[in-house]
Amino acid sequence: MKFAVVVFPGSNCDHDAYHAARHVLGQEAAFVWHKDTSLLGADVVILPGGFAHGDYLRTGAIARFSPIMQEVRRFAEAGGPVLGICNGFQVLLEAGLLPGAMLRNRSVRFQCEHVFVKVEHTDTPFTSGCLPGRVLRIPIAHGEGNYYAEPEVIDGLEKNRQVIFRYATAAGAVTPDANPNGSVNNIAGLCSDARNVVGLMPHPERACELAVGSVDGLVLLESVVASISQGALATAR
Amino acid sequence: MRARVFVTLKPSVFDPQGTTVAEALHTLGYAAVKDVRQGKYFELEIDARTPEDARRLASEAADKLLANPVIESYRIEVDSGAAETVR
Repeated sequence: MKFAVVVFPGSNCDHDAYHAARHVLGQEAAFVWHKDTSLLGADVVILPGGFAHGDYLRTGAIARFSPIMQEVRRFAEAGGPVLGICNGFQVLLEAGLLPGAMLRNRSVRFQCEHVFVKVEHTDTPFTSGCLPGRVLRIPIAHGEGNYYAEPEVIDGLEKNRQVIFRYATAAGAVTPDANPNGSVNNIAGLCSDARNVVGLMPHPERACELAVGSVDGLVLLESVVASISQGALATAR
Repeated sequence: MRARVFVTLKPSVFDPQGTTVAEALHTLGYAAVKDVRQGKYFELEIDARTPEDARRLASEAADKLLANPVIESYRIEVDSGAAETVR
């Protein structure tokens, strides 16, 4: 199974994602430069964290127009699993592959800490290996993770069960205090209407080995490997 | 020709930066400042024959790139003194 990790100028978690896929999971992985026009036949695409194009204008606003994004869109529309992590999530929002937008954190600070995230739904390729309601301890590192969408959009997301991750307490209670950035309804991550595109602000790829303090993020990558091996996804290549 | 594009958060969207700036102004004693909304300002030098052409191009640029319609709206002024475009 092959992971493609897209590299934008300013991506800085591309190697973390590659390392998790290649060395922790033992899968094939390749970097794809943002100006490339092929995903190299990958089965899974990761848009990594970082500061694509220096976050100039708005986070993800310029990365959205990179040539590779046409391929990512095509791959997503064909049912291929796409995971946007942090800045990758912001790129997915700007590209319109997921709804909504990010505002500055309510604290107006760059929040860098481990948080607890509750898995709300397990019928996505990246959460299929979780039990519903499982709480993951994963780090966040962002200045603009304050998720916003119009109230009717939020209603639609809740109704369609597209809110996949919510900031919560260690016991899984979704409370205002557990919300690190002011996101509407404690939203930490979403999936697309077709459920194959998932974006989240926390960094699962930085929580795949005990040496870095948590292995809770591994389940996302293990889930997608299992989903693909079981043929649960349409082939997108 | 010069077009000026003012991008601001929609009124319904909370502005954490503007709120922080307002609090700083209050600390400095400017109690009369009731609210601050922070935005972005762009100057576009445009090779266009008419102000209308310049405005059309600036508006297209704002729709595609300069503003995010989910959270922001924009206003355009063109130097010729023609009327504003507000969206």
